[in-house]
Amino acid sequence: MASRRVVQALRGALATPPLRLSAARSRVCFQCQQRWSSVSQRQGSDRVNFPGAVNSSFTTDLNFQRATEADAMPTYRYLDQEGQVIDKARGEPDVTDDELLGYYKTMVTVSILDLIMFDAQRQGKVSFYMVSQGEEGIGVGSSSALRNDDPLFLQYREHGVFFQRGTTLDDFIAQCFSTKDDTGRGRSMPVHYGSKKHHVHTISSCLATQLPQASGAAYARKIENARNPNKDEHRVVACYFGEGAASEGDFHAALNIAATRSCPVVFICRNNGYAISTSTLEQYKGDGIASRGVGYGVDTIRVDGNDILAVREVTKAARALALSDGGRPVLIEAMSYRVSHHSTSDDSFAYRAKVEVEDWKRRDNPITRLRKYMENKGIWDEEKEKQLRSDARKQVLDAYRKAEKEKWPPLANMLEDVYAEVTEEQKEQLVMVKEMVEKYPEEYDLDIYEGGLDALKSTVEAQR
Amino acid sequence: MFRPALTRHHGASQALHAVRRGYASHGAASKARLNVPTDYAKTPLLHHSSKSVLGMQGLSDEARNGTTSRINLYQAINAAMAHALRTDQRVLVFGEDVAFGGVFRASMGLQTEFGDDRVFNTPLSEQGLVGFAIGAALEGMRPIAEVQFADYVFPAYDQIVNEAAKIRYRYGANADVYNAGGLVLRMPAGGVGHGALYHTQSPESLFTHVPGMRVIVPRSPSQAKGLLLASVQSPDPVIFLEPKILYRAAVEYVPSEAYTLPLDKAEVLKEGNDVTIISYGTPLYTCQNALTAAEKDFGCSIELIDLRAIYPWDRPAIVKSVNKTGRCIIVHESMINAGVGAEIAATVQDKCFLRLEAPVTRVAGLTTHTGLAYERHIIPDVAKVYDAIKRTLDY
Repeated sequence: MASRRVVQALRGALATPPLRLSAARSRVCFQCQQRWSSVSQRQGSDRVNFPGAVNSSFTTDLNFQRATEADAMPTYRYLDQEGQVIDKARGEPDVTDDELLGYYKTMVTVSILDLIMFDAQRQGKVSFYMVSQGEEGIGVGSSSALRNDDPLFLQYREHGVFFQRGTTLDDFIAQCFSTKDDTGRGRSMPVHYGSKKHHVHTISSCLATQLPQASGAAYARKIENARNPNKDEHRVVACYFGEGAASEGDFHAALNIAATRSCPVVFICRNNGYAISTSTLEQYKGDGIASRGVGYGVDTIRVDGNDILAVREVTKAARALALSDGGRPVLIEAMSYRVSHHSTSDDSFAYRAKVEVEDWKRRDNPITRLRKYMENKGIWDEEKEKQLRSDARKQVLDAYRKAEKEKWPPLANMLEDVYAEVTEEQKEQLVMVKEMVEKYPEEYDLDIYEGGLDALKSTVEAQR
Repeated sequence: MFRPALTRHHGASQALHAVRRGYASHGAASKARLNVPTDYAKTPLLHHSSKSVLGMQGLSDEARNGTTSRINLYQAINAAMAHALRTDQRVLVFGEDVAFGGVFRASMGLQTEFGDDRVFNTPLSEQGLVGFAIGAALEGMRPIAEVQFADYVFPAYDQIVNEAAKIRYRYGANADVYNAGGLVLRMPAGGVGHGALYHTQSPESLFTHVPGMRVIVPRSPSQAKGLLLASVQSPDPVIFLEPKILYRAAVEYVPSEAYTLPLDKAEVLKEGNDVTIISYGTPLYTCQNALTAAEKDFGCSIELIDLRAIYPWDRPAIVKSVNKTGRCIIVHESMINAGVGAEIAATVQDKCFLRLEAPVTRVAGLTTHTGLAYERHIIPDVAKVYDAIKRTLDY
């Protein structure tokens, strides 16, 4: 199977730094559309040169190709469930103790943030929330292997990415509470965060729309890379999505266009077994998402998403691969289990057994696996664990209490930023809003907005 | 007379002689006085001299003092894209079959001049190429993406409505760096007489219901060049609908230098006092023919306005005109139901109520699909606009 061949090639690439690339892949940058020319069938040749499939050999065996379970793409891992390095010959990972502690701290902070914000929604303090429990390793591990200025496109369950990039709890919680400090100006649902400072594009609810956008963004980076002689500054784009989103047409469009235009983009699929209530058995019939990458001519690897060191290592190699030959897309399928409910609007025990969830929580989990590894190394213990958890809890609660007191952004914000300039029609509508709240003061509470009625009045005045 | 089914009752050879068939783009009824083909060589809506076009409002000094050439609409689009590619290295041109020059020749020669990295084919996927364009714009490029026919924009509808249109709003404070400015989605639109269901549509009203996008329809080569160059420079994403019947038909003098035209202003093509006719794109020529006949027959004076910017549209200019004339007719090719005319009519009755002397009239496509054999009855023609003028004046 083709998938096997690519896995073998990628394994080689991963095993021996610096990255070893298979031969016959040296396509020149910007010659994306060049191909071997098709030559009509030569007399006596055993190969077909149809333009759509050059160099396909003839066969007289009438065989339909069918992938079997035996062909399933293997899952790359570094640590076992007890936090032990599996392949001792591989040696220690290329990570300092401080970095390890940092990843661990970020994962634990995210898991505590999730618990507190989930409860906040249950108490009606925020309208909505989505936790990333069980998938902290994918976000933190992958983003730790990217450059801090590699542009990122996310789905919504990648909180670890934000905090690994340097997003503060204040910033993230301000978004969830729609305060005046929310960079999104209180317009999106909670968790739909974005940060230009950290090169993370603002999340939208529409699944998979970010995938072809990531391909286009990567093409922009490819052009900039080609214009920049300093290779150390070359950048890739990374794009995260779930296995359910991969059923959208945009997934197909994105991988295909990224491959034909040779875009330096790393697609990172979080395959956590469920899309809300739909299990993967109802989502696809093939070998996960990874098997599809090969079909698009995209270098693909499957990794254990609960093994943060494996995710990190694979992403690092994928980044280098994506920058090779002037640009090429790479697909990573990170396997995990969605321990949490889909969102605060979902009770997942309506479609899966509680015992199944408890089993995953207990037996395999990215946080406990890294903790065991650090304990085995002698750099972590119960005392430090207690301290970290209590510190993280305090930090989250501090940010929470601060955001809770803040007002929503000024009301006039609702009509701004639709266009670069407020239109004549919108100005008229803002005057109508002002007149309504003045005419019916009992019907509208303007004190929840920064500046209240005065801010609205002065905006209307300024637009005259 | 035009029903092919009739031929089955006769012998095939007999039928060939018996049935005189013509698509909507071919000629007119034998005795027609109103529904005759537009003579693009004489219409006052095109510039038939250098002097005329150099006097156009809003030209840059460079263009005004420069030379002109007589070109058609696709050549004007081509010239605008070539200029954009030459002067701004962030500009990219791509879409299906764009590399060899495009199925309507609009991108001819661009790949040769600017290279495969900046002018290229994409796989056949509208949602893919529009999503790709949005991503490129977000990371600082100014992509001009082509959807081969406006009829095929619907697979990309989600990317346009939920993404491109909402990006600035959603990104909020981040939008000063991340926005979809410079994103231009070009698409050939409108009837050509034989495009049937999927080579005829004018989907502009589906985008005017979506705040965040600018929707532009040019009527002529000189307008197309100025509006397309303005679209590339715009901080807002633009849907640029090109009336494909005009690609070759509309020929006029166009300034050789670069210039831009405003993306939010209507243009008064002819001043008048009795009726205001508002239209855009191809039907403007229909309206011009109808008003020429009507002014002669009824001794009236008609004001013709090219909307140009379909959304956001120039409400003050329209309101001003109707408040002067007291009568309003809106003409467009696409279906009347919830079309652009409905929005204009509602605004006019709201803002000109005391001045209106007749109901606001819409002459637009029938509420059906453009069946191949029926197009001439579905899309507004000169007689329908002429009749609307008569009814409005007589009311």
